[in-house]
Amino acid sequence: MAEKKESDERFKKFGTVSFTSLTKTNDFIDHLENGKVTGTRCKGCGRAFFPPRADCCQCLAGDMEWFEVSGTGRLVSYSKLEYGPAGFQNDVPYCIALLDYGTFKIFGRIAADLPETAIAVGMPLKTVVNRLPNGQLNYVFTSP
Amino acid sequence: MPRVAIIGVGQSEFVRAYPGSVRELAFEGFKEAMRDAGLTPKDIGASVVCSAPEYDKQRSPAGVFAEYFGLNPQPTFYVESLCSSSSMGLRLAYSLVKSGLHDVVAVVGFQKMSEITSAESQERMGRGADIQWESPFGTMMPAYYAMYARAHMAAYGTSLEDLALIRVKAATYGQLNDKAVYRKPVTLANLSNPEDRMAGPVASPLRVGDCCANADGSSCVIVASEEKAKTFCHKPVWILGLGAATTSVNLAGREVFTGLTAAREAARQAYAMAGLGPKEIDVAEVHDCFTIAEMMAYEDLGFAQPGGGKELIRSRATYKEGEIPVNVDGGLLSKGHPIGATGGSQIRTIVLQLREEAGPIQVKQPEIGLVHNIGGVGLYGNVSIFGR
Repeated sequence: MAEKKESDERFKKFGTVSFTSLTKTNDFIDHLENGKVTGTRCKGCGRAFFPPRADCCQCLAGDMEWFEVSGTGRLVSYSKLEYGPAGFQNDVPYCIALLDYGTFKIFGRIAADLPETAIAVGMPLKTVVNRLPNGQLNYVFTSP
Repeated sequence: MPRVAIIGVGQSEFVRAYPGSVRELAFEGFKEAMRDAGLTPKDIGASVVCSAPEYDKQRSPAGVFAEYFGLNPQPTFYVESLCSSSSMGLRLAYSLVKSGLHDVVAVVGFQKMSEITSAESQERMGRGADIQWESPFGTMMPAYYAMYARAHMAAYGTSLEDLALIRVKAATYGQLNDKAVYRKPVTLANLSNPEDRMAGPVASPLRVGDCCANADGSSCVIVASEEKAKTFCHKPVWILGLGAATTSVNLAGREVFTGLTAAREAARQAYAMAGLGPKEIDVAEVHDCFTIAEMMAYEDLGFAQPGGGKELIRSRATYKEGEIPVNVDGGLLSKGHPIGATGGSQIRTIVLQLREEAGPIQVKQPEIGLVHNIGGVGLYGNVSIFGR
Protein backbone atom coordinates (compact mmCIF):
# COMPACT_ATOMS: atom_id res chain seq x y z
CA MET A 1 0.00 0.00 0.00
CA ALA A 2 1.30 3.40 -0.94
CA GLU A 3 2.40 5.55 1.95
CA LYS A 4 -0.08 8.32 2.70
CA LYS A 5 1.43 11.71 1.93
CA GLU A 6 1.56 13.81 5.07
CA SER A 7 0.19 17.32 4.78
CA ASP A 8 2.04 20.23 6.36
CA GLU A 9 -0.39 21.40 9.02
CA ARG A 10 2.00 23.41 11.16
CA PHE A 11 -0.28 26.45 11.10
CA LYS A 12 -2.74 24.57 13.32
CA LYS A 13 -0.54 25.78 16.20
CA PHE A 14 -1.22 29.50 15.65
CA GLY A 15 -3.42 31.22 18.22
CA THR A 16 -5.85 30.04 20.88
CA VAL A 17 -7.98 28.59 18.10
CA SER A 18 -6.53 28.22 14.61
CA PHE A 19 -9.04 28.38 11.77
CA THR A 20 -6.73 27.16 9.01
CA SER A 21 -3.88 24.68 8.87
CA LEU A 22 -2.50 24.82 5.34
CA THR A 23 -0.53 27.85 4.16
CA LYS A 24 2.63 28.44 2.18
CA THR A 25 3.83 30.60 5.09
CA ASN A 26 4.02 27.67 7.53
CA ASP A 27 7.69 28.42 8.34
CA PHE A 28 6.26 31.28 10.42
CA ILE A 29 5.36 28.65 13.04
CA ASP A 30 8.96 27.28 13.14
CA HIS A 31 10.19 30.83 13.64
CA LEU A 32 7.76 31.27 16.56
CA GLU A 33 9.07 27.99 18.05
CA ASN A 34 12.55 29.55 17.84
CA GLY A 35 11.41 32.75 19.57
CA LYS A 36 11.19 34.91 16.44
CA VAL A 37 8.27 36.82 14.95
CA THR A 38 8.79 37.13 11.21
CA GLY A 39 7.36 38.80 8.15
CA THR A 40 8.15 38.34 4.47
CA ARG A 41 9.91 40.67 2.04
CA CYS A 42 9.60 40.42 -1.74
CA LYS A 43 12.98 39.70 -3.36
CA GLY A 44 11.66 41.26 -6.58
CA CYS A 45 10.55 44.71 -5.40
CA GLY A 46 11.63 44.80 -1.75
CA ARG A 47 8.16 45.38 -0.28
CA ALA A 48 7.82 44.15 3.32
CA PHE A 49 4.66 42.31 4.41
CA PHE A 50 3.15 41.59 7.76
CA PRO A 51 1.30 39.33 8.12
CA PRO A 52 3.69 37.29 5.98
CA ARG A 53 2.46 36.27 2.56
CA ALA A 54 3.67 33.96 -0.17
CA ASP A 55 2.80 36.18 -3.11
CA CYS A 56 3.65 39.81 -3.89
CA CYS A 57 0.67 41.89 -5.08
CA GLN A 58 2.99 44.74 -6.07
CA CYS A 59 5.20 42.95 -8.64
CA LEU A 60 3.39 39.56 -8.79
CA ALA A 61 6.61 37.71 -7.93
CA GLY A 62 6.45 34.64 -5.72
CA ASP A 63 9.95 34.80 -4.32
CA MET A 64 9.92 35.94 -0.70
CA GLU A 65 12.51 36.09 2.05
CA TRP A 66 11.82 36.13 5.77
CA PHE A 67 12.78 39.01 8.04
CA GLU A 68 12.61 39.18 11.82
CA VAL A 69 10.37 41.82 13.40
CA SER A 70 12.60 43.85 15.73
CA GLY A 71 12.50 47.10 17.66
CA THR A 72 9.29 48.78 18.71
CA GLY A 73 6.09 49.85 17.03
CA ARG A 74 3.64 52.57 17.99
CA LEU A 75 0.30 51.48 19.47
CA VAL A 76 -2.37 52.56 16.95
CA SER A 77 -5.35 51.37 18.99
CA TYR A 78 -6.61 48.55 21.20
CA SER A 79 -9.74 47.11 22.78
CA LYS A 80 -10.23 45.02 25.89
CA LEU A 81 -12.72 42.21 25.35
CA GLU A 82 -14.97 41.20 28.23
CA TYR A 83 -16.65 38.45 26.19
CA GLY A 84 -14.89 36.08 23.83
CA PRO A 85 -16.14 34.24 20.79
CA ALA A 86 -16.64 30.45 20.88
CA GLY A 87 -13.34 28.83 21.87
CA PHE A 88 -11.90 31.96 23.54
CA GLN A 89 -14.08 32.15 26.68
CA ASN A 90 -11.20 31.00 28.93
CA ASP A 91 -8.92 33.79 27.67
CA VAL A 92 -11.07 36.80 28.69
CA PRO A 93 -10.40 39.53 29.51
CA TYR A 94 -7.75 40.23 26.85
CA CYS A 95 -6.76 43.19 24.69
CA ILE A 96 -6.47 43.03 20.89
CA ALA A 97 -4.30 45.75 19.40
CA LEU A 98 -2.49 47.10 16.36
CA LEU A 99 1.17 48.20 16.30
CA ASP A 100 2.61 50.44 13.56
CA TYR A 101 6.24 49.68 12.65
CA GLY A 102 6.38 52.27 9.86
CA THR A 103 6.77 50.05 6.80
CA PHE A 104 4.28 47.47 8.12
CA LYS A 105 1.75 47.00 10.92
CA ILE A 106 1.07 44.03 13.22
CA PHE A 107 -2.31 42.95 14.56
CA GLY A 108 -2.21 40.90 17.77
CA ARG A 109 -2.78 40.90 21.51
CA ILE A 110 -1.29 42.96 24.32
CA ALA A 111 0.59 40.86 26.92
CA ALA A 112 -1.76 39.78 29.72
CA ASP A 113 0.60 41.12 32.41
CA LEU A 114 0.48 44.69 31.07
CA PRO A 115 -2.30 46.41 33.08
CA GLU A 116 -4.84 48.42 31.09
CA THR A 117 -3.96 51.52 33.13
CA ALA A 118 -0.43 51.34 31.65
CA ILE A 119 -1.72 51.24 28.05
CA ALA A 120 -2.06 54.40 25.95
CA VAL A 121 -2.51 55.02 22.23
CA GLY A 122 0.81 56.13 20.72
CA MET A 123 3.05 54.32 23.22
CA PRO A 124 5.95 52.17 21.94
CA LEU A 125 5.62 48.40 22.38
CA LYS A 126 7.63 45.42 21.17
CA THR A 127 6.37 42.13 19.73
CA VAL A 128 7.37 38.89 21.46
CA VAL A 129 6.53 35.22 21.05
CA ASN A 130 4.02 33.85 23.55
CA ARG A 131 3.18 30.24 24.44
CA LEU A 132 -0.48 29.83 25.42
CA PRO A 133 -1.62 27.58 28.32
CA ASN A 134 -3.06 25.07 25.81
CA GLY A 135 0.35 24.70 24.12
CA GLN A 136 -0.57 26.85 21.14
CA LEU A 137 1.69 29.71 19.98
CA ASN A 138 0.99 33.36 19.24
CA TYR A 139 2.75 36.69 19.78
CA VAL A 140 1.95 39.58 22.12
CA PHE A 141 2.89 43.23 22.50
CA THR A 142 4.77 44.24 25.63
CA SER A 143 6.88 47.02 27.14
CA PRO A 144 10.25 47.46 25.40
CA MET B 1 -29.95 57.47 -21.06
CA PRO B 2 -33.01 55.80 -19.49
CA ARG B 3 -33.06 55.89 -15.73
CA VAL B 4 -33.50 53.06 -13.22
CA ALA B 5 -36.13 53.30 -10.49
CA ILE B 6 -37.23 51.67 -7.28
CA ILE B 7 -40.94 50.91 -7.57
CA GLY B 8 -41.59 48.84 -4.46
CA VAL B 9 -40.13 48.34 -0.98
CA GLY B 10 -40.89 46.03 1.90
CA GLN B 11 -39.50 44.48 5.03
CA SER B 12 -40.53 42.03 7.70
CA GLU B 13 -40.63 43.01 11.32
CA PHE B 14 -37.10 42.53 12.69
CA VAL B 15 -37.29 40.13 15.64
CA ARG B 16 -34.99 38.22 18.02
CA ALA B 17 -36.07 34.81 16.80
CA TYR B 18 -38.39 34.36 13.83
CA PRO B 19 -40.84 31.48 14.37
CA GLY B 20 -40.60 30.08 10.87
CA SER B 21 -38.27 28.97 8.09
CA VAL B 22 -35.97 31.20 6.02
CA ARG B 23 -38.22 31.02 2.95
CA GLU B 24 -41.20 32.13 5.07
CA LEU B 25 -39.17 34.94 6.62
CA ALA B 26 -37.94 36.12 3.20
CA PHE B 27 -41.50 35.97 1.83
CA GLU B 28 -42.63 38.63 4.34
CA GLY B 29 -40.39 41.34 2.87
CA PHE B 30 -41.11 40.18 -0.68
CA LYS B 31 -44.89 40.23 -0.15
CA GLU B 32 -44.83 43.78 1.24
CA ALA B 33 -42.71 45.06 -1.67
CA MET B 34 -44.86 43.31 -4.29
CA ARG B 35 -48.05 44.75 -2.79
CA ASP B 36 -46.38 48.15 -2.57
CA ALA B 37 -45.50 47.99 -6.28
CA GLY B 38 -48.80 46.38 -7.30
CA LEU B 39 -47.00 43.53 -9.07
CA THR B 40 -47.58 39.81 -9.51
CA PRO B 41 -44.71 37.29 -9.73
CA LYS B 42 -44.92 37.11 -13.55
CA ASP B 43 -43.90 40.80 -13.67
CA ILE B 44 -40.52 40.01 -12.06
CA GLY B 45 -37.81 39.24 -14.62
CA ALA B 46 -35.16 38.05 -12.18
CA SER B 47 -34.39 38.03 -8.46
CA VAL B 48 -31.23 38.80 -6.52
CA VAL B 49 -31.00 37.13 -3.10
CA CYS B 50 -28.64 38.65 -0.53
CA SER B 51 -27.39 37.21 2.77
CA ALA B 52 -24.36 35.98 4.65
CA PRO B 53 -24.64 32.25 3.99
CA GLU B 54 -22.73 30.99 7.05
CA TYR B 55 -25.89 31.53 9.15
CA ASP B 56 -28.02 29.36 6.91
CA LYS B 57 -28.72 25.67 7.09
CA GLN B 58 -30.35 25.87 3.65
CA ARG B 59 -27.72 25.72 0.96
CA SER B 60 -28.25 28.00 -2.07
CA PRO B 61 -31.40 29.72 -0.76
CA ALA B 62 -31.89 31.77 -3.96
CA GLY B 63 -33.28 28.78 -5.85
CA VAL B 64 -35.49 27.76 -2.94
CA PHE B 65 -36.96 31.26 -2.67
CA ALA B 66 -37.59 31.47 -6.43
CA GLU B 67 -40.01 28.55 -6.16
CA TYR B 68 -41.61 29.73 -2.90
CA PHE B 69 -42.14 33.25 -4.27
CA GLY B 70 -43.71 31.99 -7.51
CA LEU B 71 -40.71 33.15 -9.53
CA ASN B 72 -40.07 30.02 -11.61
CA PRO B 73 -38.70 29.81 -14.26
CA GLN B 74 -37.04 33.24 -13.93
CA PRO B 75 -33.32 33.27 -13.10
CA THR B 76 -32.02 34.18 -9.67
CA PHE B 77 -28.65 35.44 -8.42
CA TYR B 78 -26.99 35.17 -5.03
CA VAL B 79 -24.95 38.08 -3.67
CA GLU B 80 -22.85 38.27 -0.51
CA SER B 81 -20.82 41.15 0.89
CA LEU B 82 -21.41 40.55 4.62
CA CYS B 83 -23.61 43.28 6.16
CA SER B 84 -23.87 45.29 2.91
CA SER B 85 -25.13 42.34 0.84
CA SER B 86 -28.45 43.90 -0.14
CA SER B 87 -26.82 47.20 -1.20
CA MET B 88 -24.51 45.13 -3.35
CA GLY B 89 -27.66 43.34 -4.58
CA LEU B 90 -29.09 46.74 -5.56
CA ARG B 91 -25.92 47.42 -7.53
CA LEU B 92 -26.33 44.12 -9.38
CA ALA B 93 -30.04 44.77 -10.02
CA TYR B 94 -29.22 48.24 -11.36
CA SER B 95 -26.72 46.77 -13.82
CA LEU B 96 -29.13 44.01 -14.90
CA VAL B 97 -31.82 46.62 -15.66
CA LYS B 98 -29.45 49.19 -17.15
CA SER B 99 -27.98 46.56 -19.49
CA GLY B 100 -31.47 45.73 -20.76
CA LEU B 101 -31.15 42.10 -19.70
CA HIS B 102 -34.15 42.40 -17.33
CA ASP B 103 -36.87 45.06 -16.90
CA VAL B 104 -37.90 44.36 -13.31
CA VAL B 105 -35.65 42.80 -10.66
CA ALA B 106 -36.50 41.95 -7.02
CA VAL B 107 -33.63 42.38 -4.54
CA VAL B 108 -34.38 40.13 -1.56
CA GLY B 109 -32.28 40.44 1.60
CA PHE B 110 -32.69 38.14 4.57
CA GLN B 111 -30.97 36.68 7.61
CA LYS B 112 -32.13 34.25 10.25
CA MET B 113 -29.36 34.70 12.80
CA SER B 114 -31.27 32.80 15.48
CA GLU B 115 -30.55 29.50 13.75
CA ILE B 116 -27.27 29.48 15.74
CA THR B 117 -26.33 30.55 19.30
CA SER B 118 -25.08 34.06 20.13
CA ALA B 119 -21.52 32.78 20.80
CA GLU B 120 -21.53 30.87 17.51
CA SER B 121 -22.83 33.97 15.81
CA GLN B 122 -20.01 36.09 17.29
CA GLU B 123 -17.55 33.49 16.05
CA ARG B 124 -19.11 33.59 12.57
CA MET B 125 -18.87 37.37 12.58
CA GLY B 126 -15.25 37.21 13.74
CA ARG B 127 -14.61 35.02 10.71
CA GLY B 128 -15.76 37.95 8.55
CA ALA B 129 -12.28 39.24 9.46
CA ASP B 130 -8.95 37.62 8.51
CA ILE B 131 -9.28 34.02 9.74
CA GLN B 132 -5.63 33.21 9.13
CA TRP B 133 -3.96 36.09 10.95
CA GLU B 134 -6.57 37.86 13.12
CA SER B 135 -9.29 35.44 14.26
CA PRO B 136 -6.80 33.19 16.17
CA PHE B 137 -6.40 36.13 18.61
CA GLY B 138 -10.11 35.98 19.47
CA THR B 139 -11.60 38.86 17.50
CA MET B 140 -15.19 40.06 17.45
CA MET B 141 -16.99 42.77 15.50
CA PRO B 142 -17.53 45.02 18.57
CA ALA B 143 -13.81 44.86 19.39
CA TYR B 144 -12.76 45.94 15.91
CA TYR B 145 -15.14 48.88 15.93
CA ALA B 146 -13.98 49.61 19.48
CA MET B 147 -10.44 50.01 18.11
CA TYR B 148 -11.77 52.59 15.66
CA ALA B 149 -13.62 54.29 18.52
CA ARG B 150 -10.47 54.52 20.63
CA ALA B 151 -8.45 55.87 17.70
CA HIS B 152 -11.20 58.42 16.95
CA MET B 153 -11.25 59.50 20.60
CA ALA B 154 -7.46 59.82 20.70
CA ALA B 155 -7.33 61.86 17.47
CA TYR B 156 -10.37 64.12 17.90
CA GLY B 157 -11.40 64.12 21.55
CA THR B 158 -14.65 62.30 20.82
CA SER B 159 -16.16 61.20 24.14
CA LEU B 160 -18.19 58.26 25.42
CA GLU B 161 -21.01 60.74 25.95
CA ASP B 162 -20.89 61.73 22.27
CA LEU B 163 -21.33 58.06 21.37
CA ALA B 164 -24.14 57.73 23.92
CA LEU B 165 -25.94 60.67 22.27
CA ILE B 166 -26.09 58.64 19.05
CA ARG B 167 -27.76 55.75 20.90
CA VAL B 168 -30.22 58.15 22.52
CA LYS B 169 -31.16 59.53 19.09
CA ALA B 170 -31.57 56.01 17.69
CA ALA B 171 -33.89 55.08 20.56
CA THR B 172 -35.92 58.26 20.09
CA TYR B 173 -36.95 56.99 16.66
CA GLY B 174 -36.82 53.27 17.39
CA GLN B 175 -39.81 53.79 19.69
CA LEU B 176 -41.81 54.94 16.65
CA ASN B 177 -40.81 52.02 14.41
CA ASP B 178 -43.14 49.03 14.69
CA LYS B 179 -40.65 46.93 12.70
CA ALA B 180 -37.79 47.52 15.16
CA VAL B 181 -36.55 44.87 17.58
CA TYR B 182 -35.66 47.48 20.29
CA ARG B 183 -38.40 50.03 20.99
CA LYS B 184 -37.62 51.24 24.53
CA PRO B 185 -36.35 54.74 25.34
CA VAL B 186 -32.66 55.15 26.18
CA THR B 187 -31.22 58.11 28.11
CA LEU B 188 -27.69 59.36 28.68
CA ALA B 189 -28.11 58.19 32.29
CA ASN B 190 -28.61 54.59 31.08
CA LEU B 191 -25.18 54.60 29.45
CA SER B 192 -23.36 56.41 32.27
CA ASN B 193 -24.73 54.41 35.20
CA PRO B 194 -22.39 51.44 35.80
CA GLU B 195 -25.31 49.48 37.29
CA ASP B 196 -27.34 49.83 34.10
CA ARG B 197 -27.28 47.00 31.55
CA MET B 198 -26.76 49.57 28.75
CA ALA B 199 -23.45 50.63 30.36
CA GLY B 200 -22.14 47.08 30.69
CA PRO B 201 -18.74 46.53 29.06
CA VAL B 202 -18.50 44.63 25.77
CA ALA B 203 -15.17 45.59 24.21
CA SER B 204 -13.65 48.77 25.63
CA PRO B 205 -14.49 51.56 25.08
CA LEU B 206 -17.80 50.26 23.66
CA ARG B 207 -20.66 49.36 25.99
CA VAL B 208 -23.82 47.28 25.49
CA GLY B 209 -25.67 50.45 24.49
CA ASP B 210 -23.12 51.20 21.77
CA CYS B 211 -23.91 47.96 19.95
CA CYS B 212 -26.82 46.89 17.78
CA ALA B 213 -28.51 43.56 18.33
CA ASN B 214 -28.59 40.48 16.14
CA ALA B 215 -32.01 39.95 14.59
CA ASP B 216 -33.96 37.88 12.12
CA GLY B 217 -35.50 39.76 9.27
CA SER B 218 -36.03 40.22 5.55
CA SER B 219 -36.28 43.10 3.12
CA CYS B 220 -37.14 43.56 -0.53
CA VAL B 221 -36.52 46.32 -3.06
CA ILE B 222 -38.05 46.16 -6.55
CA VAL B 223 -35.92 47.78 -9.24
CA ALA B 224 -37.34 48.65 -12.67
CA SER B 225 -36.45 50.28 -15.97
CA GLU B 226 -37.77 53.81 -16.55
CA GLU B 227 -40.38 52.49 -18.99
CA LYS B 228 -41.70 49.86 -16.56
CA ALA B 229 -41.52 52.30 -13.66
CA LYS B 230 -43.78 54.73 -15.50
CA THR B 231 -46.22 51.89 -16.29
CA PHE B 232 -46.42 50.45 -12.79
CA CYS B 233 -45.69 53.27 -10.40
CA HIS B 234 -46.95 56.80 -9.80
CA LYS B 235 -44.16 57.65 -7.35
CA PRO B 236 -40.94 56.08 -8.66
CA VAL B 237 -37.77 56.83 -6.73
CA TRP B 238 -34.77 57.14 -9.03
CA ILE B 239 -31.34 55.64 -8.42
CA LEU B 240 -29.05 58.63 -9.00
CA GLY B 241 -25.68 57.40 -7.78
CA LEU B 242 -24.09 54.13 -6.70
CA GLY B 243 -20.67 53.66 -5.12
CA ALA B 244 -18.95 50.49 -3.94
CA ALA B 245 -15.44 49.92 -2.64
CA THR B 246 -13.23 47.55 -0.65
CA THR B 247 -10.22 47.73 1.63
CA SER B 248 -7.74 45.36 3.31
CA VAL B 249 -9.48 42.77 5.49
CA ASN B 250 -6.60 42.73 8.02
CA LEU B 251 -6.30 45.96 10.03
CA ALA B 252 -2.56 45.67 9.47
CA GLY B 253 -3.13 46.52 5.80
CA ARG B 254 -4.97 49.78 6.53
CA GLU B 255 -3.77 53.35 6.86
CA VAL B 256 -6.75 55.11 8.48
CA PHE B 257 -8.33 54.24 11.87
CA THR B 258 -10.59 57.26 12.39
CA GLY B 259 -12.85 56.47 9.43
CA LEU B 260 -13.58 53.78 6.84
CA THR B 261 -11.75 54.27 3.54
CA ALA B 262 -14.16 52.00 1.65
CA ALA B 263 -17.04 54.25 2.77
CA ARG B 264 -15.15 57.38 1.70
CA GLU B 265 -14.39 55.91 -1.73
CA ALA B 266 -17.96 54.63 -2.20
CA ALA B 267 -19.28 58.09 -1.25
CA ARG B 268 -16.93 59.78 -3.71
CA GLN B 269 -18.18 57.50 -6.51
CA ALA B 270 -21.86 57.92 -5.62
CA TYR B 271 -21.64 61.72 -5.36
CA ALA B 272 -19.76 61.88 -8.70
CA MET B 273 -22.30 59.64 -10.47
CA ALA B 274 -25.22 61.66 -9.09
CA GLY B 275 -23.51 65.01 -9.69
CA LEU B 276 -24.35 65.93 -6.09
CA GLY B 277 -22.49 66.73 -2.89
CA PRO B 278 -23.13 66.09 0.82
CA LYS B 279 -24.87 69.45 1.28
CA GLU B 280 -27.59 68.37 -1.13
CA ILE B 281 -28.58 65.28 0.88
CA ASP B 282 -31.91 65.85 2.67
CA VAL B 283 -32.15 62.57 4.59
CA ALA B 284 -29.73 59.69 5.16
CA GLU B 285 -29.61 56.15 6.47
CA VAL B 286 -26.15 55.16 7.70
CA HIS B 287 -24.76 51.84 8.90
CA ASP B 288 -24.82 52.31 12.70
CA CYS B 289 -23.96 48.75 13.71
CA PHE B 290 -22.15 50.56 16.55
CA THR B 291 -22.46 54.17 17.71
CA ILE B 292 -18.91 54.91 16.53
CA ALA B 293 -19.90 53.67 13.06
CA GLU B 294 -22.52 56.43 12.77
CA MET B 295 -20.01 59.01 14.05
CA MET B 296 -17.48 57.96 11.39
CA ALA B 297 -20.24 57.90 8.73
CA TYR B 298 -21.00 61.60 9.36
CA GLU B 299 -17.37 62.35 8.49
CA ASP B 300 -16.81 59.74 5.75
CA LEU B 301 -19.91 61.02 3.90
CA GLY B 302 -18.83 64.66 4.20
CA PHE B 303 -21.72 65.74 6.46
CA ALA B 304 -18.94 66.91 8.82
CA GLN B 305 -15.19 67.44 8.54
CA PRO B 306 -12.94 64.71 10.03
CA GLY B 307 -13.37 65.05 13.81
CA GLY B 308 -16.46 67.24 13.39
CA GLY B 309 -19.01 64.44 13.72
CA LYS B 310 -19.45 65.01 17.43
CA GLU B 311 -20.68 68.57 16.79
CA LEU B 312 -23.46 67.21 14.56
CA ILE B 313 -24.88 64.96 17.25
CA ARG B 314 -24.33 67.48 20.07
CA SER B 315 -26.28 70.12 18.10
CA ARG B 316 -28.99 67.59 17.15
CA ALA B 317 -28.32 68.35 13.45
CA THR B 318 -28.96 64.67 12.66
CA TYR B 319 -32.39 64.62 14.34
CA LYS B 320 -35.54 64.70 12.19
CA GLU B 321 -35.83 68.50 12.34
CA GLY B 322 -32.08 69.05 11.91
CA GLU B 323 -29.95 70.08 8.98
CA ILE B 324 -29.20 66.49 7.91
CA PRO B 325 -31.54 63.91 9.48
CA VAL B 326 -29.78 60.55 9.90
CA ASN B 327 -31.35 57.20 10.84
CA VAL B 328 -34.72 58.63 11.80
CA ASP B 329 -36.11 55.07 11.58
CA GLY B 330 -34.03 54.12 14.64
CA GLY B 331 -31.09 52.76 12.66
CA LEU B 332 -29.53 49.36 13.18
CA LEU B 333 -29.16 50.25 16.86
CA SER B 334 -32.96 50.11 17.28
CA LYS B 335 -34.13 48.00 14.36
CA GLY B 336 -31.57 45.24 14.91
CA HIS B 337 -29.20 44.02 12.22
CA PRO B 338 -30.24 40.95 10.23
CA ILE B 339 -27.10 41.05 8.07
CA GLY B 340 -28.46 40.39 4.56
CA ALA B 341 -31.71 42.32 5.15
CA THR B 342 -30.19 45.52 6.53
CA GLY B 343 -29.34 47.38 3.31
CA GLY B 344 -32.81 46.75 1.89
CA SER B 345 -34.38 48.06 5.09
CA GLN B 346 -32.28 51.23 4.86
CA ILE B 347 -33.29 51.69 1.20
CA ARG B 348 -36.95 51.13 2.16
CA THR B 349 -36.77 53.95 4.71
CA ILE B 350 -35.27 56.38 2.20
CA VAL B 351 -37.79 55.44 -0.51
CA LEU B 352 -40.69 56.01 1.92
CA GLN B 353 -39.11 59.35 2.93
CA LEU B 354 -38.79 60.50 -0.69
CA ARG B 355 -42.41 59.50 -1.37
CA GLU B 356 -43.41 61.37 1.81
CA GLU B 357 -45.01 58.21 3.17
CA ALA B 358 -42.80 57.84 6.24
CA GLY B 359 -45.50 58.68 8.80
CA PRO B 360 -44.30 59.93 12.20
CA ILE B 361 -40.65 60.00 11.08
CA GLN B 362 -41.26 61.94 7.87
CA VAL B 363 -38.70 64.71 7.32
CA LYS B 364 -39.90 67.84 5.54
CA GLN B 365 -40.16 67.42 1.75
CA PRO B 366 -36.88 65.62 1.04
CA GLU B 367 -35.72 65.60 -2.59
CA ILE B 368 -32.50 63.59 -2.24
CA GLY B 369 -31.75 60.65 0.09
CA LEU B 370 -28.62 58.60 0.78
CA VAL B 371 -27.93 55.09 2.05
CA HIS B 372 -24.54 54.15 3.58
CA ASN B 373 -24.21 50.40 4.11
CA ILE B 374 -20.99 48.75 5.32
CA GLY B 375 -19.90 45.10 5.15
CA GLY B 376 -17.60 43.73 7.84
CA VAL B 377 -15.38 46.23 9.61
CA GLY B 378 -15.33 48.54 6.61
CA LEU B 379 -14.18 45.71 4.35
CA TYR B 380 -16.99 46.57 1.93
CA GLY B 381 -18.48 50.05 1.55
CA ASN B 382 -21.65 50.85 -0.38
CA VAL B 383 -23.17 54.31 -0.77
CA SER B 384 -26.35 54.84 -2.82
CA ILE B 385 -28.08 58.12 -3.65
CA PHE B 386 -31.77 58.37 -4.54
CA GLY B 387 -34.04 61.14 -5.81
CA ARG B 388 -37.75 61.56 -6.45
